[in-house]
Amino acid sequence: MDNLDNLKRTPLYATHLKYGGKIIDFAGWALPVQFTGIIEEHRAVRTKAGLFDVSNMGELTVEGPDSLALLQLALTSDISQGYTGRVLYSPMCNEQGGVVDDLLVYCLGPERYLLVVNAANTEKDYNWLVGLAQRFSQVSVKNVSAEVAEVAVQGPNSQPILSKLTEFDLVGIRYYHLAEQVSVGGVKCMVSRSGYTGEDGFELYCDPDEAAKLWEALMAAGDEHGLVPAGLGCRDTLRFEASMPLYGQELDDQRGPLEVGLGKFVAFGKGDFIGREALLRQRELGPSLRLVGFEMLGRGIPRTGYPLYAGAQRTGYVTTGSYAPSLDKNLGLGFVSPEHRALGTEIEVEIRGKSVPARVIRTPFYRREGK
Amino acid sequence: MTYQIEFKYTKDHEYVNVKGKEAHVGLTHYAQDQLGDIVFVELAEVGRTIKQGEVYGVVESVKAVSDCYSPVGGVVVRVNERLLDEPDLINKDPHGEGWMMVLEVANPSELEGLMSADAYKALLERGDSNELHPEQ
Repeated sequence: MDNLDNLKRTPLYATHLKYGGKIIDFAGWALPVQFTGIIEEHRAVRTKAGLFDVSNMGELTVEGPDSLALLQLALTSDISQGYTGRVLYSPMCNEQGGVVDDLLVYCLGPERYLLVVNAANTEKDYNWLVGLAQRFSQVSVKNVSAEVAEVAVQGPNSQPILSKLTEFDLVGIRYYHLAEQVSVGGVKCMVSRSGYTGEDGFELYCDPDEAAKLWEALMAAGDEHGLVPAGLGCRDTLRFEASMPLYGQELDDQRGPLEVGLGKFVAFGKGDFIGREALLRQRELGPSLRLVGFEMLGRGIPRTGYPLYAGAQRTGYVTTGSYAPSLDKNLGLGFVSPEHRALGTEIEVEIRGKSVPARVIRTPFYRREGK
Repeated sequence: MTYQIEFKYTKDHEYVNVKGKEAHVGLTHYAQDQLGDIVFVELAEVGRTIKQGEVYGVVESVKAVSDCYSPVGGVVVRVNERLLDEPDLINKDPHGEGWMMVLEVANPSELEGLMSADAYKALLERGDSNELHPEQ
């Protein structure tokens, strides 16, 4: 637990200490891995609600008449499908079809976009986009991460909690939509119905100076609805159960969207974009690896990097594995050769030198009711 | 957290509780608290001879995998098979129901080099004990 003093702090650092957060080094950020316990917080988000500090996320603005053209070139999704108030998910690929980052595009206006990117990739993404922006004359890319705090309220009680703090009609914010200038507990926020847990929920963006006030207002409003502060530990188990990819594990500069099953976010028909040729070739030949979900049949927990076998053949590796609290099973996500991807295929995970049987199952592992 | 005075402790956050020829071995309160929710345990084989400081088992929390190092050498007499289905006994009662194994101690003089409860508590306060799990 040494050297935590040298880490970057979000505007909620003192708040985390006050609530008993156990602080860890998360890619250079001092953030709580848990407050009371990962499993307890995980269950609270599934059944009631949890409050996350995700102020470490990066925010980039893309503005000007050529904004859409730049985003169409940089991203694999069709951003022309966006309209003011829409949020789109997209991979951003390199020329080889690997993933520079996966991100959310907030469509704020015809010539105004906000990209929300993975914390550890913020600088890389910014430089990448600035490089591509050279091809256009009327677009400006800015890294505004330091001017934006972000918290996420996630879980079935999110809407009742938030509605106590705002006059705004939250029902009007549908899944993957946003509203700007929403007053929440007296704090001006941009609010989207989105998240990384597999539950209903909202992500709120505000001025860093107001983040603690917003957090306290939400905690007070959430008291009667079972809202708890939630750490990075359960953020990972929740997204894992919902089989949402995590950059650095399921996605990286080498692994492309087709291998991870994100084909629907690759709009080949929209015209040219970075990585298109490589991805087209991959689509024709078929990707060499495919991401699958699997459940352990023997005793053991698969962990990132453990080898996967099919009989004597090395078929791939684990990208994420964990005990899944909502399913009470040990599950994994991993890359396998395409011939081993069919549901029901028996594979083996090498755990500390021993071969432990597992079986390919359907993803997402967890899907909330009514979805 | 209570650190029983009749137990001995190690820098790796193991305890040993010797009663006659048998010694109960397990993870300390501090260890389970640092690891968080324990969801998987791999136990030693009964009959195996273990040296002092050797890895005798594995505990896994939600986030991390940790080896367990034996505080003393000896032969494994029993293991706590309840932990296979209830690994969280280590969180709930590490110094009691959450024990990991019972050893028949080979060389009682090895116990003399271990820490008393007071020395272990002082170590925790100084904060220079061995790390339990890698940073994420």
